[in-house]
Amino acid sequence: MAWFKKTHKPMAASTKVKASRVPEGLWVKCPDCSQVIYNKDLTTNLNVCPKCAHHFRIGAAERLRTLFDDGIWVECDKGLVSTDPLQFTDTKPYKARLQASIESTGLKDAIIVASGRIDGIRAIVAAMEYAFIGGSMGVVVGEKIARAIERAVDERVPVVIVCCSGGARMMEGALSLMQMVKVCGALARLDLARLPYISVLTDPTTGGVTASFAMLGDLNIAEPKALIGFAGPRVIEQTIRQKLPEGFQRSEFLLDKGMIDLVIDRREMKAVIATALRFMGAGQADAVPPPPGRELVAAGRDDGSPKSHA
Amino acid sequence: MAPETLEFEEPIAAVLREIDALNQLPPTDARDRQIEALQRRIQTVRAALYASLTPWQRVLVARHPARPSLEDFVKLLFTGFVEIHGDRRFADDHAIMTGFAEYKGQPVLLVGHVKGGDTKEKIYRNFGYARPEGYRKALRAMRLAEKFGRPIIIFVDTPAAYPGIESEERGVAEAIAVNLREMMVLDTSIVVLVSGEGGSGGALGIAVGDRVLMQEFAIYSVIPPEGCAAILWRDASKKIDAAEALKLTAPDLLKAGIIDEIVPEPVGGAHTDPAAAARLMDDVLERVLGEVTSLDRETRLRLRYEKFRGMGKIGIDFVDAE
Repeated sequence: MAWFKKTHKPMAASTKVKASRVPEGLWVKCPDCSQVIYNKDLTTNLNVCPKCAHHFRIGAAERLRTLFDDGIWVECDKGLVSTDPLQFTDTKPYKARLQASIESTGLKDAIIVASGRIDGIRAIVAAMEYAFIGGSMGVVVGEKIARAIERAVDERVPVVIVCCSGGARMMEGALSLMQMVKVCGALARLDLARLPYISVLTDPTTGGVTASFAMLGDLNIAEPKALIGFAGPRVIEQTIRQKLPEGFQRSEFLLDKGMIDLVIDRREMKAVIATALRFMGAGQADAVPPPPGRELVAAGRDDGSPKSHA
Repeated sequence: MAPETLEFEEPIAAVLREIDALNQLPPTDARDRQIEALQRRIQTVRAALYASLTPWQRVLVARHPARPSLEDFVKLLFTGFVEIHGDRRFADDHAIMTGFAEYKGQPVLLVGHVKGGDTKEKIYRNFGYARPEGYRKALRAMRLAEKFGRPIIIFVDTPAAYPGIESEERGVAEAIAVNLREMMVLDTSIVVLVSGEGGSGGALGIAVGDRVLMQEFAIYSVIPPEGCAAILWRDASKKIDAAEALKLTAPDLLKAGIIDEIVPEPVGGAHTDPAAAARLMDDVLERVLGEVTSLDRETRLRLRYEKFRGMGKIGIDFVDAE
């Protein structure tokens, strides 16, 4: 028998920092360039690494602060909460997962919808919260986005959706899937009302969120190096039985493939959105009446291209 | 040869083996009577089995290799089918088929997934996994129907949209998303029939319509039970529990307001008698298509919007409303 026995596991060096998690603590190490950053500096830099411009993931409220003038907004439909329509249980009840997320995020579901001003332009912004069950879209998220869009049509203001989601929420089954249709239907009405919709794609944007509103912006703007795709990389690797190329499904890849309009640094995002909204005639919306002959079915949809609405 | 039996159909397989054994004997009247009795026995056993299928068993039936597909229904329910190909952008996707046909003398557009029968066909059809071209072809064909005021009948049967590199490169997510938006405002009647596997976004990409019908033993799910088990249970073998939890059966979806009506199947599932399955489908389809086409366009589009807009009303509550 040995004289000494290790009763404790040796202290291990901390394992690799998970990419893009919300930074906590006084000092933060950048997962990309290993630079140690004072957390306050990181916050004032909108959670972008000052050295290598790595974009840390940020929460929905933080996101709204980066977009709205003076960080002021009015939240809409705050009180909606999931009823667990399927009474879903996997290794633990969905109700318990919901409760845990509600407590840890202070939100009732994975999104904040708010109305405010972006560089003086009135807009409705919906920001998704990844910390709430992976930002997944269940009935509440779908309903809040649909209401946000309908509100925008009523008030004749533009819509900005900041996507950050793993996709449809499994625990609400096919009802989650149907939220994709619900939101896209509302977007069709926004189109017919000739109001701007800007989709901001952040890390990660996948699954049913990508295959619905994320890809339907008048502009699709991505943050650098965000994972954006339909099928998850692991699923694809299993299907084709080979490793995926470096940078596959990242913002720059999608830009190269023509699927998004531009990749913009978070620190420039607000200015670019404001410029785009002005191009799209927002800001004058209060003065401009709805276009004449606004009909449910747009005239001149002829070529099947995604942006073919008149 | 005896038709393929599923794992839960072992009682039927046992009787089939007995019949096989009897068939080896020299033919006598007594033997034939015995075989007949056994065949009747299969009917009773099958009826009993199918009267109380578990969700996972329904998944197996929905995926049955002999389940009648759009190709079968084209022959059984429609006349003069002319297939049209290609998305006029990149390619012709073989996992989604589109074309004109007549239904009760009325021109209609048919759209649907096809999985393929034998191995060669399955490869040609990519096992029903559509690529972006498939969704774009479907939309192109549907616009044609819209232009000429023809109703659209859609058959949904796919495991999923194809999860491959080229799918992502060519924007499968965008292709599905555009279909969802455009189908919500497409100005013609659309009847959707979930006839096999309603596999997530890959199914939904052609499943927006004025009525969504579902065959009795079809399934429709946000994720396949195997995938759900692997993610939530971290154990793909929990697929039976996942199938249970996902509420993916026709009765469950009817209750949730996601489908409008269940199309009955013959005892033992559509694969045991495709002609009978088609007759049962015919009855529902003719009535429903009549209902939808008789609506004026504003009403039809308003009702379509309201139908999908209302999905999930039962899934939310207001708490401490502002």
